[in-house]
Amino acid sequence: MSAAPGKARRGTRFEQSAATREPAWIKWSILAASLGFFLLFVLLPLIAVFVEALRRGLAPYLAAIIEPDALAALRLTLTIAAIAVPLNLVFGIAAAWLIAKFDFRGKQLLTTLIDLPFSVSPVIVGLMYVLIFGANGWFGQWLLAHDLKVIFALPGIVIATVFVTFPFVARELIPLMQAQGREEEEAAVVLGANGWQVFWHVTLPNIKWGVIYGVVLANARAMGEFGAVSVVSGKLRGQTTTLPLQVEILYNEYNFAAAFAVASLLALLALVTLALKSWVEHRSRRADTGGSLSLEAAAAVAAANRATRTSAEKPAS
Amino acid sequence: MSIQVSHIHKRFGSFVALDDVSLDFHAGELVALLGPSGCGKTTLLRIIAGLEQADSGNVILEGEDASERHVRERQVGFVFQHYALFKHMTVFDNVAFGLRMKPRGQRPDDASIAAKVHALLDLVQLDWLADRFPSQLSGGQRQRIALARALAVEPRVLLLDEPFGALDAKVRKELRRWLRKLHDELHITSIFVTHDQEEALEVADRVVLMNHGRIEQVGTPEAVYNHPATPFVYGFLGSVNLFHGRVEDQVLQVGDASVPHATGGFASGAEVFAFARPHELSILTDPNATEGLAASVVRVLSFGVSSRVELDGRGSAAGQHFEVELPQAEVGKLALQPGQHVRLLPSRLRLFERSTPG
Repeated sequence: MSAAPGKARRGTRFEQSAATREPAWIKWSILAASLGFFLLFVLLPLIAVFVEALRRGLAPYLAAIIEPDALAALRLTLTIAAIAVPLNLVFGIAAAWLIAKFDFRGKQLLTTLIDLPFSVSPVIVGLMYVLIFGANGWFGQWLLAHDLKVIFALPGIVIATVFVTFPFVARELIPLMQAQGREEEEAAVVLGANGWQVFWHVTLPNIKWGVIYGVVLANARAMGEFGAVSVVSGKLRGQTTTLPLQVEILYNEYNFAAAFAVASLLALLALVTLALKSWVEHRSRRADTGGSLSLEAAAAVAAANRATRTSAEKPAS
Repeated sequence: MSIQVSHIHKRFGSFVALDDVSLDFHAGELVALLGPSGCGKTTLLRIIAGLEQADSGNVILEGEDASERHVRERQVGFVFQHYALFKHMTVFDNVAFGLRMKPRGQRPDDASIAAKVHALLDLVQLDWLADRFPSQLSGGQRQRIALARALAVEPRVLLLDEPFGALDAKVRKELRRWLRKLHDELHITSIFVTHDQEEALEVADRVVLMNHGRIEQVGTPEAVYNHPATPFVYGFLGSVNLFHGRVEDQVLQVGDASVPHATGGFASGAEVFAFARPHELSILTDPNATEGLAASVVRVLSFGVSSRVELDGRGSAAGQHFEVELPQAEVGKLALQPGQHVRLLPSRLRLFERSTPG
């Protein structure tokens, strides 16, 4: 062991007792394996994006970014996120509320359906919408007759994005709301609050951090979605190309510098999202503990967690 | 406010939670619903509150059928076992919640809300905690805040669902006494659910004993303890020793032992359950005694005012366990040793016909 027992104890945050520690070589080999993997497959490619983008200097980089098509793609990507994420926020909270707080027939089926977008390949999602809304699809003639464009236009891209990002908010909230139970809501109703008051004053504050976390994740996916959007967008340059599609187009044209420049823009958006996510996690952890946490409260939290785990194992009746 | 429930039925799937329950609660009374878990007591409380719908039957509040009334309009105060305080609000905001949620026309202004909240916090003796969050309070404090919150809307009836169930023994005892005192001051009709017979007997004006969705007995604590109507009530309200026997003239025949028994009312030859409380049994150490049931001493627990002796039955009572409670001094005199053969003689027996369910 490297650290002598009893010498400069750093509190309980790091394990100090030799009796409960693994040998050093195990520790270091696990650390090396995970860090090596992370560096090689996650960090290195991310750095490569920026290195490639800036290979020819700052001026060509900026030129590639303020190029009209790239700006249009950025604008479209942000527009889609701005529409799809709020829609999912509303749907997600509604679905989670329904599943967590009410018992009804078919609840299990609905819970499974919410996961569908995670299990279906995004390309199939795109094709599905082409089949429904495309010129030869089920509603194609009707849409054409009313001069409505869905496929190869903004509505199609938004619909595909909403579908792909649907589970993020709901999935985040369902376990949270189930763990919290209905008691606080019941208490509020007995005290005379109406449905809206219960939601606004009791339910929402309790799930606030879960909602924000779900929104951040949904936003990241909405901006980065490629497969489904690629099928329904038609890739009209400057019109229906989102940032990921723009990167692909530029790359296929062997315009590597521009491709990486646009890619770096997308990566930056992702990093901002990630930073937001970490901040939310940090804040929510602080909100959970509520400053000074008594031992009793900690025990209650542990008990609640246990209860949640056991109730999660049983299928909801 | 008086409450009547009449012919309430409630099932959850194939489980019958309440089976034709009818009860009267008088105005200003403190009533305990007592029974083992799963007996339907909490369901009944939630139906009275309106948090649960009965399959059939009526809830009548002050002579008026409230079955179709929404929880919000029933003006009940409800206290939950796990407090259900709003975690993100301070103690003050928790107590003020009910007042702030009133429709604009009936809502008091901020100053009168503050005055009322502080008066209630004074009542539960926790005014100094107004700015704390629920996670910073002890369990006993949380439950008192929950009670203050329920009282803020001036409910006509107070319903408490295992209010002390999540607290440790010492706090529970303290809060019990406190609740009784509070009720004597406020005289608000209150119903509380508990599975702790001591709690029910100690706090309530009347006790309703429930089992398997049915009411077994209703009465004052003295009445249900001293005159249990069914074997279930007898068994639930304290430790018991159970004998299976047959009535024969002046004695009860238990296996090959006979036990003197004075109370009449049973025909000769009737098969009965006979119950005796631990303090109603005496131990005979004379090896030549022929009266009473053969048993052997297992353990002697001597702490507190009285000692407990645990025994195993012998002979026809083999496989049964008995418990005897004796004054310390008497146990010393008997000088019981584990394994010692003794005989048990009941001074008082309560008989129930064997055909009685339970």
